Amino acid sequence: MDFRLGPKSDAFRAEVRAFLDEHLDPEIIERAHRSGTNHDKDFHRAIGAQGWIAASWPAEYGGQERDPFEMTALRDELRLAGAPTDGMGLSLIVCQTIRRVATDEQKADFLPRALAGEITMSLGYSEPDSGSDVASIKTSAVRDGDEWVINGQKMFTTLAHVADYVFLLARTNHAVPKHKGLTMFLVPLDSPGIEIHPVHTVGGERTNATFYTDVRISDHYRIGEVDRGWDVMTVALTFERGGFGLSEADRVWEQAVGWAEETRRPDGSRVIDDAGVRERLATMRMHNEVARLLAYRTTFVAATGGLPGVEGSMHKLFYAESMAADAAELVDMLGSEGVLQRGEDGAPVDGWVEHLFRHAAVTTIYGGTSEMQRSIIAERGLGLPRSSR
Amino acid sequence: MDLNLTDEQDEVVSAVRALLTDRCPSDVVRASEPGGFDPELWTAFCRVAGPTIGVAEQLGGGGASLLDLELVCEQLGSFLAPVPFIDCVVAARTLAAVGDPGRHCLDALVAEPSTVSTVALGPVVDGTATLVTSGSIAGVLIALDADELVLVTGAGDGAARGNLGSSPLADRSVRDPGRSVLATRDLARAVHQQALDEWRTLMGGALVGLGAAALSIGVEYAKNRHQFGAPIGSFQSIARDLAEAATLVDGARLLAREAAWARSEDDEHFAPLSSMAFLFATRAARRASTVALHVHGGYGFTLEYDIQLYYRRAEAWPLGLGDPRRGVAHLADALFGPAGAS
Repeated sequence: MDFRLGPKSDAFRAEVRAFLDEHLDPEIIERAHRSGTNHDKDFHRAIGAQGWIAASWPAEYGGQERDPFEMTALRDELRLAGAPTDGMGLSLIVCQTIRRVATDEQKADFLPRALAGEITMSLGYSEPDSGSDVASIKTSAVRDGDEWVINGQKMFTTLAHVADYVFLLARTNHAVPKHKGLTMFLVPLDSPGIEIHPVHTVGGERTNATFYTDVRISDHYRIGEVDRGWDVMTVALTFERGGFGLSEADRVWEQAVGWAEETRRPDGSRVIDDAGVRERLATMRMHNEVARLLAYRTTFVAATGGLPGVEGSMHKLFYAESMAADAAELVDMLGSEGVLQRGEDGAPVDGWVEHLFRHAAVTTIYGGTSEMQRSIIAERGLGLPRSSR
Repeated sequence: MDLNLTDEQDEVVSAVRALLTDRCPSDVVRASEPGGFDPELWTAFCRVAGPTIGVAEQLGGGGASLLDLELVCEQLGSFLAPVPFIDCVVAARTLAAVGDPGRHCLDALVAEPSTVSTVALGPVVDGTATLVTSGSIAGVLIALDADELVLVTGAGDGAARGNLGSSPLADRSVRDPGRSVLATRDLARAVHQQALDEWRTLMGGALVGLGAAALSIGVEYAKNRHQFGAPIGSFQSIARDLAEAATLVDGARLLAREAAWARSEDDEHFAPLSSMAFLFATRAARRASTVALHVHGGYGFTLEYDIQLYYRRAEAWPLGLGDPRRGVAHLADALFGPAGAS
């Protein structure tokens, strides 16, 4: 066994750090935090210019053939630095799917621009009445000659207000069971008939509700076969569940420890000398280590030719649930000042703990709720009989 | 990164597993209660993997790494094997760590690996080490008595104190006239601390095995037990608890292996990792055995079903090191230095 990522990853990690030192102005982080839009066009282009949006891809598609452990190093450094990466993550999910199921003409149209960071994609799966049961969506696409006409509403279309496309799941056949009548489209967000309304989250992120009224798009924008959208989307969801490494919890833990070591109480003692503070930070560090190992195991399984479905679910479940519990412990640990928000005078740990508490609630839900992860672990991992819900 | 075992490790694990499958079914575990020791099983076990495999080859040992040993402990834990492997391995490695003063005793252990040895984990008070793990069966005892790490040979009175985990626990006097001093002052404390960290790691491995085995008993029961016309494992409230326990056990296994690996590959991080591995395996084993017992319904609290054997030991084994809550404070010291340091 070897728990190190390895020398190639270490070298790449150093390269990424040097890049972040140069390109990740603290103002970019602050702007993302204030706006709730975890994406920065210039920074995204700079990442694209490095060839890092799909760095693991084969060279023929514009990738650098980075191995999965180098990719972990890249993501870890972006997370630790607090870089705004939603645009990178969402675009990559879409691009992975395009690479696997789209036509050559579509690949040539979308992939080079996306990998260069010139265009950004968002995801349009969820609807007001369809969350975890995403196959029940109602948004429809009706064929009209060489075009499709789309009507409906999507929820949690994160980045739609700054992105160029939405990867949209629509119903194209009402006569078949719900999973079998769906089709995926890459809809240009500047198409007439699209309205974007902001939705603000308790985590401070801005996401969107998007409305589609007689939106006409060419058949060029259909990704994969008609009525096979469920299979296409499953490809994308596999990538959404994989690819986790370190998390916000690791960054905030480091910040909190630094703060506790430097800060003194009125009696002159260091905050880190307080038993309640020490125990909470130690416990959180242990949870972070387990989350990191579960993430790295997911990477390892994928790197050695496996499909880490259950492993990915275990990581998602543990990282999100322990982050939520630890964030609450850390807010308590800060006492009355724990409620102070970023920007307030005297906000401990620059308000990042208070922010983590709000953000953590989001992580237990998006990308597959904790309940869905437990079902996957129970049924696919433990072989328990399928639940009747 | 490589999370696979080597071929050699696979072979050792398979050999231990084969032996325990054959020689340590649950009725052997039951028959060993309350004393918690099966001498015949131990003799057979020592022929496959005696405790001095954990000592360097030039000292007559097998040169096994702490990771190799941790993998063996996972198997011991999953069978609840009533053998003192962890205590013996830690004692042998402690004798090796002190050099010449421990050499004579170590040579004797190499010559006769089934001799039971142990390190008292807690401090000696008024000449007595209390509730020493394997204390009722050990012929070799190492203890930290104030500033001295001492060695006492010779059997105790042989009676284990009645206890939750049916472990061979006994109080042992260390003021024996024949005692010898293995190390003093800083060296004594450092060697003892190292022994505790290695014990934490190996016990972490045993608890991972215990938790995984308890979980699979619970899962099998949930698949086969029907109520309301359906297997109870199809009920979400049951599936949910089992899925969470499985996640804890998988995380604990990775962490125990990482800690053991770090002992030889990343020693700078060994102390905090061993502490985390022990704490997290404790939580995982307790949660898994509690859930698995609960899934059995009324049968879970009958002595007839095996799950109670796991449930009791998951609570009892980690207490060799005292209140786990104090273990969190110990982890904090390893991460941040002692409180009030500056």
